[in-house]
Parts: sequence; C-alpha cells; structure tokens
Amino acid sequence: MSGKIKIAVVGSGPGGISAAAHAAELGVPHVLLEATAKHSDTIQKYQKGKHVMAEPNVLPLRSPVPFEQGSREAVLDAWEHSLGQHSVNVRYQARVTAIEGSKGNFTLTINDGEKLEAEHVILGIGVQGNPRKLGVDGDDATFIQYQLDDPDEFRNETIVVVGAGDAAIENALALARHNRVYIVNRRDEFARAKEGNLGAITAAIAGGDLQCFYSTNVVRVDTGDFDDKPGQIVLGTPSGEVQLAVDRVIARLGAVPQRKLVESFGVEFPNEDPSALPVLTTKYESNVAGMYIIGALGGYPLIKQAMNQGYEVVEYILGNSIKPADHPLLEQKFAVMPYALEVDEVLELMQERVPIFSRVNPLVFRELMLDSNILMPEPGEVVFAKNDYTNTFFTILDGSVEIEAGPDLTIKSGQGNFFGEMSLLSGRRRSATVRAGTFCVLIETPRRTMNKLVNSVDAVKRVLDETFILRTIQQRFAPSVPLEDLRPIAKAAKINHYKPGEVVFQEGDRADSLHLIRSGSVTVAKSFDSREIPMAYVAAGNYVGEMGLLGNSDRSATVRATVKTETISLDSGTFLDLLQKSPELLESMRDEVKQRTQQNVRLQADAASGDMLSFLMQQGLGEATDVLLIDKALCVGCDNCEVACAETHGGTSRLNRKAGAVFAHIHVPTSCRHCEDPHCMKDCPPDAIKRSPGGEVFIQDNCIGCGNCEENCPYGVIHMAYKPPKKPGIWSWLLFGAGPGPGQAYGKEEVPQGPDEQKMAVKCDMCLDLAGGPACVRACPTGAALRLSPEDFVDLVSTR
Amino acid sequence: MYQSFISYRGGRWFWISLVLCIGAIGVYAWHDLPQPPGGGTWLGYTLGTIGALLILWLTYLGRRKRNYASKLGTVQGWTSAHVYLGSSLIVIATLHAGFQFGWNVHTLAYVLMLLVIFSGFFGVWAYLRYPEMLSDNTGGKTRGDLYREVAEIDKQIMRQVAQLGSDMETAVASALDRTVVGGGVIAQLTARDDSQVMMPGQGLVANVRQKPILDLVVEQLSQTSHREQASYLREASNLLGARGRLLDRIRRDVQIQGLLRIWLYFHVPLAFACVAALIVHVFAVFVYW
Ligand SMILES: Cc1cc2nc3c(=O)[nH]c(=O)nc-3n(C[C@H](O)[C@H](O)[C@H](O)COP(=O)(O)OP(=O)(O)OC[C@H]3O[C@@H](n4cnc5c(N)ncnc54)[C@H](O)[C@@H]3O)c2cc1C
Ligand code: HEM
Ligand code: HEM
Ligand code: SF4
Ligand code: SF4
Ligand code: SF4
Repeated sequence: MSGKIKIAVVGSGPGGISAAAHAAELGVPHVLLEATAKHSDTIQKYQKGKHVMAEPNVLPLRSPVPFEQGSREAVLDAWEHSLGQHSVNVRYQARVTAIEGSKGNFTLTINDGEKLEAEHVILGIGVQGNPRKLGVDGDDATFIQYQLDDPDEFRNETIVVVGAGDAAIENALALARHNRVYIVNRRDEFARAKEGNLGAITAAIAGGDLQCFYSTNVVRVDTGDFDDKPGQIVLGTPSGEVQLAVDRVIARLGAVPQRKLVESFGVEFPNEDPSALPVLTTKYESNVAGMYIIGALGGYPLIKQAMNQGYEVVEYILGNSIKPADHPLLEQKFAVMPYALEVDEVLELMQERVPIFSRVNPLVFRELMLDSNILMPEPGEVVFAKNDYTNTFFTILDGSVEIEAGPDLTIKSGQGNFFGEMSLLSGRRRSATVRAGTFCVLIETPRRTMNKLVNSVDAVKRVLDETFILRTIQQRFAPSVPLEDLRPIAKAAKINHYKPGEVVFQEGDRADSLHLIRSGSVTVAKSFDSREIPMAYVAAGNYVGEMGLLGNSDRSATVRATVKTETISLDSGTFLDLLQKSPELLESMRDEVKQRTQQNVRLQADAASGDMLSFLMQQGLGEATDVLLIDKALCVGCDNCEVACAETHGGTSRLNRKAGAVFAHIHVPTSCRHCEDPHCMKDCPPDAIKRSPGGEVFIQDNCIGCGNCEENCPYGVIHMAYKPPKKPGIWSWLLFGAGPGPGQAYGKEEVPQGPDEQKMAVKCDMCLDLAGGPACVRACPTGAALRLSPEDFVDLVSTR
Repeated sequence: MYQSFISYRGGRWFWISLVLCIGAIGVYAWHDLPQPPGGGTWLGYTLGTIGALLILWLTYLGRRKRNYASKLGTVQGWTSAHVYLGSSLIVIATLHAGFQFGWNVHTLAYVLMLLVIFSGFFGVWAYLRYPEMLSDNTGGKTRGDLYREVAEIDKQIMRQVAQLGSDMETAVASALDRTVVGGGVIAQLTARDDSQVMMPGQGLVANVRQKPILDLVVEQLSQTSHREQASYLREASNLLGARGRLLDRIRRDVQIQGLLRIWLYFHVPLAFACVAALIVHVFAVFVYW
C-alpha cells in the first residue's frame, strides 16, 4: 500500500479488529498492523478450547465483527472470517517499533525498518507486553525463541534456556526429558521461582538431568556452523567465558511492559505506578493529538468493551459524535434518581457536586459510574456497619449521612463529601457505622474501580490520603477535637511503605516517632544473644512506637513488617501538639500500653513461642484475616475436612490438607486466608472476586476463567476447575449405586467438558452459604482443624 | 486453643455419661421389684430402651459424619458424645440384663456390643497417641515427599555405582528394584520389610533394612585399593544408608496410618452385627413373651 493512510490501527486484538473492520466497512483508507503471524495474539494464547465469555452481559455489542460467548476456536474463526468479509487491510508480522510525528502526519516504523505514514493512529496493543530480548549481539538469530508452545516437539537437541523465573524453569524441565539442556541464571539461586518449581529445578540440577550456569550472563550469540549446529552462545561465567554450540536458545526473561513502548510514542502516564493508565479524552484520544488508545491498554480489560471502543473511535475520528454503547446502561442506572435529567447532564452534575470527582476526566468518570451503584437509603438506614468487611467507596450526591465513628463522636457529612475511604485504603473492617439522613442519594463505587482511579489520578490519591490521615488521627487519638484543628497535625504526618520483612524501627534507635499501622501488620522483636525473637504481632489499626515517645527514650524493640505494610508516622513534636490539644489522650494511651505489656508478658518472649510466631509470619499469615490451621498432634489424617469441603462445594475441594508447612505440629495447609488486601482481586477482568461484610473473599459466577487470580494469589489456593454435575443423594447411592458416593469425586471423563462448559476459578468461600459455617472445621472428628483469625495467634503461640 | 474430642467443652459428655451411669446404678440398687432383676422388669425395659436407642444413635454417627452441610453440632462434638455415651452402655446394658447371661441371642447382642465398645477404646487410644508420632516421624513431610526423596537418592546411587563394574551395578540395581514397602495388612501393621536383592553368586536373598546390600558395598570398600573406586563406594554406602533410614520412616508412616485405621474395620462391621443381633433380641423377647 502506498500513499497516506487515514487510520493506522496498531494491534489486531478485539479492539483493533473491530476498529479496522469498521473503517473498511466505511471505505476509509486504513491498515491493521499486527506484530505476530496471526490476529488476536492474546486470545490465540488462551488454552485450547477455552470458553470465551462475553461479559459484561448487559452491555450490547456494537461492531461489524461478531462476538458471542463460545469456544476460543469459534470466536477466532468468526473474526478471521469477518476480517476477510470486510476486506480489512491486515499486515501480519508487522511489529510497530516507533511512532513519530503529529496528527495528520504520523510516521510508523515497522520492525525497526520500514516506514509507513498515517493521519491517525489507533493503539490497541493490549497489555500482554512483548517478550524481553536478550539484549546482546546476535539476539535476532533464528534459533533464538522467546516462547515455547510444545516442549515435546524437540528431541535430542542441545538447548540453552536463559532465565530464572517459573516460565524458564518449567520449559527447562520439560525439555530436559528428551534434550541436553542448560539453564542460565544471572543470580546464584532461583529466588523468584514458586516453591514447587524451585524444588524441581534444584533436584533436576543435583540429579544431573540438566546443567545450570549460576551467576552467569549471556555475552553474545553467534550464527554459523558450530559442530553441525546452527550457532553458539557465549556465556560469561564466574570462572570465565564459556562457548556452547547449540541447536536452540530459549529466552524467558519476562515481558517488557507495553508502557515503555507507548511512552516512546509520546503518550504520557500520570505517574510511575505500574497500574497507572494513560489519560484519555471521552473520545479515547491521548495527549498526542490524533493518537487514540482503546482496549486493555486504555484500562478496559474485556473483549466486548474493546470491540465497542474500536467502533466508536473510528466514528470519532471521522468527526461523528455518537453516544457510547453503554448509554442505555447508564440511563437505566440513573432512572432511580429523583432528577429529570439526561445521562450526560447527570454525569456533569455529579462531577460538579462531588469535588473529589471534579478533576477526573469525563471518560474515566463515565467508566467509574458504569461500575458504581446509585443508592437511595431510607432515613436512618444503615449504609454499612462498624466491623463490616466491605470496602466500597461512597460519595454523597444529595442529602447527608451520620457517621458514628466512636462512642462520643458522631459526624454529620453532607453533599459532596465522601466516606468509606478507610476500608478502601487499608483493606480493614469498617471503623464506623454510617446511617443515612433524609433525601440521601449516594454513589457506591467498588474498590477496584476506585483503586484504578486512585492510581491514575494523583489529585484523588492526595485528597484520599489526607482525609484518611485526618480522620484516623481524630478517631484514634482526639475524638473531641474538631477536624479543622487537626489539619496541621495531619499535614505533618507521613505515610510510609514497607516491604515484607523490612524494619520499621530498630531496637536501640532513638525513639522519635509513633507509627499507626494503616495496612499490613508488624512483629515486635527483641534481641537475645544476638538473635531476634519476635514477641508480639500487631495488626493493622493499632500503633507501635508509643512507648518510646511517652518516655522519650530509645527503642526497646525492633519492629518489622510481616507483609507489605503501610504506616502513618507522627514525629514527637507533632505528637506533643496533639497531646496538648487532647489531654485525655495520654490517659487512654497509658491504658493501651498497659494492655500491650500484659500481652507481652503472656508471650514471655521465650524462644519457642517466638519461633512459632516467626513461622506463622513466614507463611504469610500477617495478612490473613481467617486461616485454617491444623494441629498435627490431633489430626488422624482421615481427610474428612477435604471431603467435607468438596462435598459442600460442587465436588472440588478448596483446601489441600497434605500441602503446606508444619512447625511444632502446627500445619498451615493450602487454603484461602481471606487476606486483608486480597492479591487475587487485583487483575480480575470482570471484577468477579468480592469480599462479603463478614470478611469472606469469594468468587462470583461471572468469572470468565482467565486464571489471573490463580496466578496472583501468592498462597496457591485458587484452582481452575469444571463444574461437576450434581451428585445423587446418599440413599440413591447406597441403594442403587447412583453416582459417586460421599467423599468420592466424579471421574475425569464423567465431568462434562464440552464447549459450553467453562473452567472457572474456585477457592474457599469460608462456606458463606452454609448456615453452620466452615464445613472443613465442623467435619473434623478430633478437633484438629480450626479457622483462626490473627487475634487468636497470640493465644495459639502462648498456649503451645 | 486446640482441644481434643476427649476434652471437648470441658469433657461435657463425660459428665453427662457419668450422671447417666450413676443414676442407673442408683435406681438399680434402690428399686424394689417383685421379680428378680432383669430385662423383664419395668427398670429392665427402661434401661433396655435407653440402651437400644443409644446404640442406634451411635451407629448413626457414620451417617452424620458424612452429612457435611449439617448444622447439627460439629463432628467433633458428636465424636466426643459418641465415645462417652458409648462407654456408658457397659453399665446401662449390664444393668438391663440384670447380670443374667447365658448362651442365647440376648447375650450374643451383649457380647457384640462389648466388642464394639472395646474396639472403640482402642480407637480412642490410637487417636490420642498416634497423630503426634506420625507428625514427628515424617517431620511434616507427606509420604509422597518421602518417596520423591527416595527416587532422588536412587538416581544418585545409580550414578555412583555405574562406575563400579557390572556386578556391583546389577546387585545394587536389583536392591533398588526389589525394595518393598508395605504389602499385606500384616506387613503394613508390623512395618515388615520384604525387600530382596540379587546377590552376586547367591541369587535372590532377603534384603531386610537394606543391610545385605550395604554390607556388600562396605565389604568392597574395605577391599579396594583404588582411590577413585573407594570414593564411589563410600558415597554409595552413605546414600544407601540414608535411603534405608528414609525407607524406615516410610514404613513407620504406613504402620501408624494403618493402626489409626485398622480398628474401624472391626468397629463398624461389629456395630452393624450388634444392631442386627439387637433386633433379633427384641423380636425374640416379644415373640416368646
Ligand atoms: C487467559 C485470559 C482469558 C481471558 N478471558 C476473557 C474472556 O473470556 N472474556 C473477555 O471478555 N475477556 C477475556 N480476557 C481479557 C481479554 O483477552 C482482553 O481484554 C482483550 O484481549 C483486550 O483486547 P485488546 O484489543 O485491547 O488487546 P489484545 O487482545 O491484547 O491484542 C493486542 C494485539 O496487539 C498486538 N501487538 C502488541 N504490540 C504490538 C506492536 N508493537 N505492534 C503491532 N502489534 C502489536 C498483539 O500481538 C496482539 O495481537 C482474558 C484474558 C486472558 C489473559
Ligand atoms: C428395646 C430394647 C430392649 C428390650 C425391650 C429388651 C427386652 C428384654 C427382656 C424382656 C429381657 C428379658 C428376657 C428374659 O428374661 O428372658 C431382656 C434380657 C436381656 N437383654 Fe434386652 N432388651 C432391650 C435391649 C437390650 C440391649 C440394648 C441389650 C444389649 C446389647 C440387651 C441385652 C439383654 C441381655 C444380655 C439380656 C439377658 C438375657 C437373659 O436373660 O438370658 N437388651 N431384654
Ligand atoms: C455399641 C456401641 C457403638 C457403636 C454402635 C458404634 C458405632 C460406630 C460407628 C458406626 C462409627 C462410624 C465409623 C465411620 O463411619 O467411619 C463409629 C466411629 C467411632 N467410634 Fe464407635 N460405636 C460404639 C461405641 C464406641 C465407643 C464406646 C467408643 C470409644 C470409647 C467409640 C469410638 C469411636 C470412634 C473414636 C470413632 C471414630 C470417629 C471418626 O473417626 O469419625 N465407639 N462408631
Ligand atoms: S485467594 Fe489467595 S490472595 Fe486471595 S484472599 Fe485467599 S489467600 Fe489471599
Ligand atoms: S475470578 Fe479469577 S479466573 Fe475468574 S475472572 Fe476473575 S481473575 Fe479470572
Ligand atoms: S471454609 Fe468451607 S470453603 Fe473454605 S476450605 Fe473450609 S470447607 Fe472449604
């Protein structure tokens, strides 16, 4: 194709295909550029036969390209067909590596060589990223590959695998069955790998199944004839250079985030946060005029959204202003409100009335409202109760609410204000009860949507953080002092972030500040004979370091974060200010110190209980809210807990009794801990993972089976499983032999796995639907299985 | 924090059962009957009915245990009650019968009941004693983990002996191949070692605790003057020793897990037999009034 193109679409995912097809349908000169040899690389890489879901169900599809739920193959075929039908001008193997110029005059560089001119650019390159290259001379050699589809394809070859992550390890192990395999690790151990992989690779290396070069980097790759092999790889090992003739090099070095590439095109991101999204107008235009961003890259993680945007963006480029496809959804949502306004007017009104949303870009706000709910509670109705585990965010559009933050602290909050930010930011239980006032209209925004906003709009983050500090200080330290008076103190407070294991302060340091734990948890340890022995565990919502401040001395213990932790610190000067404003604080703090000391005495700081506490923290229980622990001294191994779980949860057990570490007879089996700030929730495209008011983290039926949560949970408690058919009752089994008996699962071939069946994520839901509570615990005949919350840890440790 | 089913809720069911027994004994001792004591008196009927109901309820544990969504107490509570109320039957049933035993179906029911109860006693003893031993024995590892360790050591051993000539290699390989863990019920419960080895010149011989093959390697080691060979042999003997210890632990694991379960194979069938005999007993009593 020669001459100027009106629209260049980069990336042939669902977004890109839809855009290009619509342009083709309208006869607009266009090109669709795809890096790989096939369209929709992300979907091509789903597992074979995966059932693709068309969430959100309520959203209508607006695209010349068809899409409905079905197998991956069916979806891909339909798109393939549609590309042909609309005579879309697609170019495969055309990776865009640079874009320069401006609206009307863009120059796209393909594969670091060929140039192409276009008036407008639509970026639909998703978020999967490109594999990181070796970055040495010769890394474009044909025998280097960055992905391995089928390890059994290769036999009797000499293969070098570069990388030390799970992908590299899994590839190396699989290839080692039939090939001579070397693995190259830049470091002296496999620190990043999952437990299972770590064990397997070290065993394989010790057993001589494959050979590992530790502390080694790749120097260069040569192409040519080396011992009848197509090339050689040169390695820099600690004992000098090594040359290896190879058939194949497999580099598994992770992915380069798309962000780097996109930034090089001139697109700006609001901050450094990896989850930040580029700022877009309501018409999906980035800060570079003429460059549009759609689909996952723009923060819309579902196929249908991407396709709709593809259609809309072409219309916008052509200067047509159409209503977005989600218009009717919003209309429906807003219908409950007592205003006679159009959708866009309502949105405007909201942004006007609620200051925290006023600076948010309208597109983002629209998306936020799509996820949010409008509530109109009766006067006096409880919006949420203290100690609920919910974590949505509320803004007051009309009327007012009463916040019962303490026994003598009730705050009235009116139009434009917000509440619920405490649980949103800390992942902790609600710290107050909120009741509706008269004529109250509230916007309830889910945690994930709010987090997305916080991470991409700095102004929102700042306001939330400031308010959080202010309200926390008032609630915890000075309930009788008006908020306004506390503002200078809150300004002086700092938010600190700690990695797991990081020291907050060290025994012997000067005590110059107090830390209020906002999220995560810490251990307090003292050293005995140069060994650090943890004495106490302090959960979020409490403070540490007050002893030093009250006595103005040195730190008497070392405080360490057990998991990712955030604290708010007040220095001694600020703290004295606070004491002056709120003299009764001293009294209440002394009380707390007394209680804390009593707890410490109970723990007695003996080495055994300290080790126990360390063990529990190493298992990541510092972020648990409810965890299954088994006392091995009571467990008879009957497996009743697992069977009970499977029987009450559609045949798949959500706990693995045999797995997990043991210390002093306390066993932490693999089962959900209902984390304070659940990792699994992070990247769930349909936002299917929810937390109930009781704290149970559970997965809803709109799960699309993408497996992100399985990967994100650090404790390996989520599986992907088919739904087995319902079992016949126990009597029909007993009398007629129907189906598997109690405690037995359906065989693999008995579980339907047709195209309409979908693997979905399953995890422990703490038996939310069972009136009796956790089945696993209730089924244990000996009392070995208990579900404990962190408050019980001290008891557990001190009674051991 | 953790409580066994024996001390469940401060031994609530122990006290309840105790009161039941003392009550029964009291009434038995003080009551004044026109007839000699036995099942036919009003007290006999009462105690008999209580006993029969208890037995049916005790048998129902097998169902409750599998009623996973049940809201009716916890299985731990049920087990605790089962154990104590089950034991109280010794008193209840004996008083019911008024110590009138003979060679009849009535006494058969009674004897079966006692067998169930005493097998239950063994069960309680096993449940209290073995779990800790089980956990100490494997140090928190699963049996699968231990088997994987053995497989790993096997590979390493074969790599050492590959350097030692074919006689040695076949002998060691046969020892690894013919290592037996478990076997029949008796072998499992006694942790018997049925392993064998193909010794050069001797054919197939028993290889209990891997000692013969280890002896062979050590023997060779003492005879060799070849430095390299000595180092292979030494390494192989170390590995064989470690392997033997691992196998011992696996056998112990099999043994304890077996002991934890074996009694139920008596307890449950006997319980059903007892129920059957009981039905016959009650039937007989009414028919031959
Ligand atoms: C395992 C899994 C399961 C999922 N299941 C579902 C589901 O059931 N239903 C659902 O709605 N969503 C699902 N999703 C989400 C869905 O896949 C994405 O939201 C969707 O693919 C995003 O589309 P996109 O067009 O933005 O980008 P992508 O689909 O990621 O497409 C980007 C395309 O751009 C190409 N590309 C990248 N860089 C360049 C470059 N520099 N030059 C040229 N081309 C480039 C890529 O090769 C790729 O083909 C799932 C995601 C995963 C990971
Ligand atoms: C519904 C419950 C029961 C009823 C109605 C019942 C009834 C009776 C009667 C009427 C007798 C006297 C028979 C006679 O004197 O010939 C008797 C005796 C006896 N019962 Fe029961 N019984 C019941 C439960 C039990 C139970 C649970 C056991 C123990 C397992 C038991 C064991 C005996 C024994 C050992 C005797 C003595 C037999 C003998 O006299 O030779 N009974 N029972
Ligand atoms: C006549 C009296 C009894 C009857 C009919 C009876 C019956 C049963 C039955 C049917 C089971 C279920 C086993 C299973 O399904 O796995 C069981 C389990 C058990 N019984 Fe008994 N039992 C009796 C007395 C006792 C006594 C006296 C004791 C102990 C003192 C006892 C201890 C146990 C124990 C420990 C279990 C195992 C519980 C478990 O693992 O879930 N039983 N019994
Ligand atoms: S699934 Fe994993 S990450 Fe999610 S709450 Fe449970 S333990 Fe935490
Ligand atoms: S619950 Fe897990 S598998 Fe299901 S959609 Fe969410 S992240 Fe994907
Ligand atoms: S609490 Fe319920 S869902 Fe969770 S592991 Fe136990 S039985 Fe399974």
